[in-house]
Amino acid sequence: MTRFVVRRLISMVLVLFAISVLTFLIFQVIPNGDPAQRMAGRLSTPETVAAIRRTWGFDQPIWQQYLTTMKKIFSGEVISYTQQVNVLDQIKQDLPATLSLAIGAGIIWLVLGVLFGLLSAIRAGRFTDRALTVLALVGVSTPVFLLGAVALYFLAFRVQLFPNGGYVPLTSDPPQWLYHMILPWLVLSVLFIGIYSRVLRSNLLDTMNEDYVRTARAKGISERRVLLRHVLRNSLIPIVSLWSLDFAAVIGGGAILTESVFNLHGVGQYAAESIAQLDVPPVMVVVMFGAFFVVVLSAVTDVIFALLDPRIRLT
Amino acid sequence: MSDVASSSSLAMSGGRKPLLDVEDLRVAFRTEEGVVQAVDGVSFHLDAGEVLAIVGESGCGKSVTGMTLMGLTRSPNARFGGRATFDGRDLLAASDDELRRVRGAQIAMVFQDPMTALNPVLRVGPQLVEQIRAHGDLGRDEALERARALLERVGIPRPEERLRAYPHELSGGMRQRVMIAMALSCDPRVLIADEPTTALDVTIQAQILEEVRRLRAETNAGVILITHDLGVVADVADRVAVMYAGQIVEQGTLDELFYDPQHPYTWGLLGSIARVDRPRPPRLPAIAGTPPSLADPPHGCRFRPRCPHAFERCGELPPLEARAGHPDRCWLTPEQKRTKRRVGGQIGLAHGDEEVAA
Amino acid sequence: MATVDSTVRAGAPAARGADAGPAQPAGIGPYRLALRRLRRNKVALAFGALFLLIVVLCLCAPLYAAHVAHTGPNDNHVTETVKVGGVAKDVVSPTGQPIGPTWHGRFLLGADQNGRDIAVRLLYGGRNSLEVGGIATLVTMTLATIVGIVAGFFRGFVDGVLARMLDLIWAYPVVLLGIALGTSLALGGITIGPIALHGNSLLVPAFIIGVVYIPYVAKPIRGQVLGLREQEFVDAARVGGAGPLRIMWSEILPNVSSTLVVFVPLMIANAILLEAALSYLGAGVQPPNPSWGTMISDGIRLIPSAMHLTFVPGAMLVLAVLGINVFGDGVRDALDPRAKVRLEEHAEEASR
Repeated sequence: MTRFVVRRLISMVLVLFAISVLTFLIFQVIPNGDPAQRMAGRLSTPETVAAIRRTWGFDQPIWQQYLTTMKKIFSGEVISYTQQVNVLDQIKQDLPATLSLAIGAGIIWLVLGVLFGLLSAIRAGRFTDRALTVLALVGVSTPVFLLGAVALYFLAFRVQLFPNGGYVPLTSDPPQWLYHMILPWLVLSVLFIGIYSRVLRSNLLDTMNEDYVRTARAKGISERRVLLRHVLRNSLIPIVSLWSLDFAAVIGGGAILTESVFNLHGVGQYAAESIAQLDVPPVMVVVMFGAFFVVVLSAVTDVIFALLDPRIRLT
Repeated sequence: MSDVASSSSLAMSGGRKPLLDVEDLRVAFRTEEGVVQAVDGVSFHLDAGEVLAIVGESGCGKSVTGMTLMGLTRSPNARFGGRATFDGRDLLAASDDELRRVRGAQIAMVFQDPMTALNPVLRVGPQLVEQIRAHGDLGRDEALERARALLERVGIPRPEERLRAYPHELSGGMRQRVMIAMALSCDPRVLIADEPTTALDVTIQAQILEEVRRLRAETNAGVILITHDLGVVADVADRVAVMYAGQIVEQGTLDELFYDPQHPYTWGLLGSIARVDRPRPPRLPAIAGTPPSLADPPHGCRFRPRCPHAFERCGELPPLEARAGHPDRCWLTPEQKRTKRRVGGQIGLAHGDEEVAA
Repeated sequence: MATVDSTVRAGAPAARGADAGPAQPAGIGPYRLALRRLRRNKVALAFGALFLLIVVLCLCAPLYAAHVAHTGPNDNHVTETVKVGGVAKDVVSPTGQPIGPTWHGRFLLGADQNGRDIAVRLLYGGRNSLEVGGIATLVTMTLATIVGIVAGFFRGFVDGVLARMLDLIWAYPVVLLGIALGTSLALGGITIGPIALHGNSLLVPAFIIGVVYIPYVAKPIRGQVLGLREQEFVDAARVGGAGPLRIMWSEILPNVSSTLVVFVPLMIANAILLEAALSYLGAGVQPPNPSWGTMISDGIRLIPSAMHLTFVPGAMLVLAVLGINVFGDGVRDALDPRAKVRLEEHAEEASR
């Protein structure tokens, strides 16, 4: 177990390092992306630009700039170029919206994905299965921002059943929070429900062919018990890993599109806006933050795996 | 033809009703290649305390026969015919629920591959307990105690520990013993063992067979042993049914089959086992060719395409008839059979070229 | 890393269902068999045909523009009028309201706020979207196959480096990586050796999308190759004196080809979707070039007043992606060696 934790910590540090370097480099290759020039504005004198360049350290070698940025990130003093606000404060401010989205949608897509997958497998080849298959494929074929825009138009603009986007903090007004989150949750869930139900369906059908399921049936235990205890339990294992990685990605700003369409002002939307303004520090922080969640949750997944399947050892 | 078989079975069981009576069993599956008639008119009976071996190559329908008796082949793509009477009721006509109460309790099955037949993510104990509790009114602790006793009975050392083990922590032989313990957990009256030793080492095979023999004596259960290995058959079987392409081609007592085999396919099977008491042939003869597709079986005798002794009449399917004491499906006369089955001084199936030379 | 006890995986279901009938009709290769299965799957074929139809329509965009609509994809007609049922109507009203579908040759599906013909832009945009999707898939499949096979075959150091690189892309949220690359490259373009791409070239988003999806294909391929390289036929080739390149090309590649085939439609669908997402965020196809994604994102702000701007390209995009997805699903089912066993043995759960 100690070995497992140590290995995971080392790999996390490596991933975070690599991701931060990659992000930094992506923005360095921009030829006319000189941040000093942009910060100074269009009508600036060369002197102002040079001054900004000096104070922000843009005149230093690239590795030096990288180190400075990293140092600032870890001491919590990193300032964005455009707004010139503390990036970590901004993320702290945006995080509740992203967490609300991730947790609510995560529960919905897990529950419905498993439910539809199970239903589809039990009724394999029949009408229910075919209908769910078509729905799932429509779900994975629809861009989330299109779905969000259409949902907003009909349900918020035409019928006015839901609010027209925006985020209300849970702490300030719980019913309004729920009211504002329902539509984003559902829209974000559609894609995942489609994927999960298909994956689970095919896992279930594979597992039903296993010898031990035949053994279970030969024991004369009820079909329900065969399905839940012997088939579903084994088929759910891959779903767990899928879920935790997707969940981590959403927390880490992966739900950019949903956050943008519903104007939730989450972490992902912040990153997207920062990228559009070529504002490197926030992007680096968000990306590292997201990668951190991916690495941590994949370690947690492996622990859950080992608990669910005794054949798997943690190394 | 089924009349002949069932009348002869009545004669053998001395007019008493057999424990299990299978008459004209037919199983067909709808597949991509068309309808596969996996079992085509199979009849046999089984008495308490006897071991009936069903022998044949893989794909001959022997496993399907066993699984059908348990209701494990039921599916929208399967069609069944005939009767399988057990305890006064037809297993083929029984409802899913009725059948569920029978299987695991009255009829139990041991499967071929112990490596995959146990659920890998559950401990051995709960897997035994769930069957015991499904068929009896036992509490968790009582059931667990019974499971422990069962493991001890099938010769597993330190059974308390094994109950807490996961299947992958046990050896293959040990797992097969667990499977046998599981099958015996509700004192079944019929035990169907589908290739119980095929996946195991030779020494373990002997132990498992010894176990089957001992348990048959102790519990007086009837055993259907499904195998392709005549060595195993010679070891434990009382009677033998030889299956080929979904049909029984010869049926008789162990002695009848080994010393007076009537069907060329049986000769081939007998000829292909290595025997230590005979001079070793230069090459262990195998039956030439492969079993036919059950989606499109050959006309007439199904063994005809592989049989070196085939003649005009074989274009017509021979019935399962007793021509020389026990029933078989071959048009050759008993006299012809006696001469043709001797190959190099022992029983075997001549190869086409040798036939020409003779 | 979690490892699975090797005995667990060794229990391959090779002999399963052998007793239920002949395993496979003799003399028919796996691809012939799959093709036969696919031919029977009418739904998959119908959706595949739908996708093909959309492709053909989009390829005919110049013909439509020249002979039916008489305008190009980027031509403005803001100040013009069009006759609908004998009445002359503004293409874009003085209040900025674009005309809706006329159901005639000109402005068949209406105009956008710049007075451009939606139908023409839809076809040209489709061409761009499909081109980006196709090239991205080509990039993904080629690089992923090479990386997956090389990493799985050589293992050790090479595998370590390649696998870490895949992990890196994997840990980076797809859309974030896409827009980061997209924004930076859209401004500056990119120069790879002799090839210099301009920032608004279609190849930029295609290349980005292709790279982003590499791990999704390379990881499963690598896993499969790790298993394949231990098999007897690889040993046999090695004993026969074949070098690593030869073995990878003629022994390993054919054995992972069915996995690759399954991935192609899936990747086309994903690439088209990601192109739309990137364009929506301004990091994909650059204006004034149309693509379904840019058309949707242009239209979204105007949904309340002119929803055809969003719904027309949206519907087209969903239909195309749905078509290739359903077809891909059918291909996967047809290539699945267990499909037949399922049909025989395990539709049975359906009855309960």
